[in-house]
Amino acid sequence: MGKKLLLQNIDVPGINTYEVYRKTGGYKSVEKVLEQKNPDAIVEEVKKSGLRGRGGAGFPTGMKWSFLAKPEGVARYLVCNADESEPGTFKDRYLMEKIPHLLIEGMITSSYALGANTSFIYIRGEYFYVLRILEKAIKEAYENGWLGKNIKGSGYNLDLYVQVGAGAYICGEETALLESLEGKRGNPRIKPPFPAVAGLYGCPTVVNNVETIAAVVPIVNDGGDAYAAVGVERSTGTKLISASGHINKPGVYEIEMGVPVEEFIYSDEYCGGIKNGKKLKAVVAGGSSVPILPADLILKTAAGNPRLMTYESLADGGFATGTMLGSGGFIVMDETTSIVKNLWNFSRFYHHESCGQCSPCREGTGWMEKILHKILHGHGTIKDIDLLWDIQSKIEGKTICPLGDAAAWPVASAIRHFRKEFEEYVNNPESIQDVKHYFNVHNVAEA
Amino acid sequence: MAKVTIDDITIEVPDGTTILQAARMIGGHVVPPAMCYYTKLKTSGGYCRTCLVKVEQGSEKDPRPMPKPVASCRTTVMDGMVVRNTTSPEIQEARAGVVEFLLLNHPLDCPICDQAGECHLQDLSYEHGKEGTRFEFEKRTFDKIDIGEKIQLHMTRCILCYRCVKVADQLTDERVHGVMNRGEVSEISTYIEKAIENDFSGNMIDVCPVGALTDKTFRFKSRVWYTKPMYAHRDCDKCSGKTTLWYQGEDVLRVTGRKDVYGEVEDFICNTCRFDKKLTKDWVIEGPAEIDRHSVIIQNHTEKLIPKEQVQILPNLPGVDFTKKIES
Repeated sequence: MGKKLLLQNIDVPGINTYEVYRKTGGYKSVEKVLEQKNPDAIVEEVKKSGLRGRGGAGFPTGMKWSFLAKPEGVARYLVCNADESEPGTFKDRYLMEKIPHLLIEGMITSSYALGANTSFIYIRGEYFYVLRILEKAIKEAYENGWLGKNIKGSGYNLDLYVQVGAGAYICGEETALLESLEGKRGNPRIKPPFPAVAGLYGCPTVVNNVETIAAVVPIVNDGGDAYAAVGVERSTGTKLISASGHINKPGVYEIEMGVPVEEFIYSDEYCGGIKNGKKLKAVVAGGSSVPILPADLILKTAAGNPRLMTYESLADGGFATGTMLGSGGFIVMDETTSIVKNLWNFSRFYHHESCGQCSPCREGTGWMEKILHKILHGHGTIKDIDLLWDIQSKIEGKTICPLGDAAAWPVASAIRHFRKEFEEYVNNPESIQDVKHYFNVHNVAEA
Repeated sequence: MAKVTIDDITIEVPDGTTILQAARMIGGHVVPPAMCYYTKLKTSGGYCRTCLVKVEQGSEKDPRPMPKPVASCRTTVMDGMVVRNTTSPEIQEARAGVVEFLLLNHPLDCPICDQAGECHLQDLSYEHGKEGTRFEFEKRTFDKIDIGEKIQLHMTRCILCYRCVKVADQLTDERVHGVMNRGEVSEISTYIEKAIENDFSGNMIDVCPVGALTDKTFRFKSRVWYTKPMYAHRDCDKCSGKTTLWYQGEDVLRVTGRKDVYGEVEDFICNTCRFDKKLTKDWVIEGPAEIDRHSVIIQNHTEKLIPKEQVQILPNLPGVDFTKKIES
């Protein structure tokens, strides 16, 4: 069994309540930081730990924190991004649902490190029942003096609020999240200025993922070096992976960074192999927006080394032969899966979720979806495949926020690695039978 | 001051200037086209992506190039920055892509559109667009709606530049105009149709780069290239009163603000001047207006045309060669 830093107590009965959480050593990190009274030391520990943002981009958290502007007399905010909407990712939901107090503890510790007196958790609208769980946990934390004025007699004040979104993927982008939190239309802002300088209500703001904030708790408890000792190279600590698809044991797994992908898929400790003894065809390793990889490239890098579950190893080979760890949404597909159909499903999602602010994404995502729909139903031509490639290249990197990239990468990688399958759809449409019931759903955005 | 080099031309500009503004100071072909940026409207720009440029060198201190093309209208210059616009094939390609996206769902109904002839999208597609379309699906359409008595919104033609939203936010007093829905089907609208009643709402028509917002007092009266623009002014207690009158024969068909070479108005004008003063006796005529834009609108006014120096740089732009027509 690998070391666990977040989910070690997940099976303790009643861990979602304050009493049990406290008994298992909860809120120790808050006691520690309030005693030490040295916020900068916490930032240093986080830097030492090598913790990287768990939301998808993998930006070093300590560095992000040290970028926070600290002008006199201006409020600072910590915002937790719980708008987990990436298809294939459900780790934050699991964490918040099972041990809500871990997130709250992390929020208090992190807020103290950043000098924030008001913090927010922005949770997606679809997680409404999780909102209830969090609200109950926050109430318990207030009742026990971990939140509010003069926390445990330290003189530090912190108010924690949960804001629920209205169901838009785009609000997971940090600046769109801030707009939405301010009560406006959730459109990404044009950067610069970055949130670290002018974020929520124009004040310096740090936006972190749920898992990132939860990871601050073990870092403060055991020290940054102990955290950095877990994992390999620049991928330190543990990572929550949401495993789904054609595997025997789907679910959320906490892994030590550096577990080989092959072990993760086939060992009984994790996914337990492919369902019904089928063969592995492809894997989307980090949520729907990262490039899809065929079986041979996900198990071994192009150079022939075993692929590991780390930021570096999964990105080995760039986009030509690699992918990204992303948010850890690990989607496994067996040999029966249609890549074209899967890609259409992803494209339909991005078409539906594009905010419509900038032209390449607004128009391009819909166009790609329509072409894929056409190919899927046997009306495609070889020219359509080339056109898809051209469209994705004109979206990638040309948009305000990364949603454009997220929509373009799956298309690019599917064509790069599975072009033959697209050609099969074009050349032998009569061999395709499994798509009829999807016929009338393609205009979901207009519906 | 910051020194910036755009397409191998170096200029010194005040700190805080955007790349687009610096390019406009140089003028001519180095100026990236801009469909959504509007100098007079705060926070405009960044949406249409036509003004993308490549930053080859970030600054003197940090010479690394920027990893992606940037929107020149929202990126401020740094000392020692090196920018490529027309001299970068990559940017030309990206821009052609953006133009294709903008035209994807545009109805291309120029023959019946009042904006034709002075339309920025028309100019942009002449200069950067491709012949024909690769989009073979049904285009999205919307119903026409009236916003206020004098303005019609034809959302089908809209490119979502957000300029009118900024006008509504920044010039008028109540926020009743904005964007609804999202993605491909997002649309400009008012909370309640016909709700815009405001002295400056007519400026939405002037800032609209396409034919989405049109003047109902002018709709279908004439084509812009048949009308003759004259500068005029009047004493107005609401605005500067400086306008352009568009004549056909003796009749004033419409009144607009005075626009510069980038289609931006000199002053925003009020609705009284725009909609209600349509008689020559209401105005003091200053003389013929100069139109210095490369657009269909100049075709019947070649005698008043662009200085020769500016014409000569046009062949750098792919697409239609304007020089020949002008010289013949």
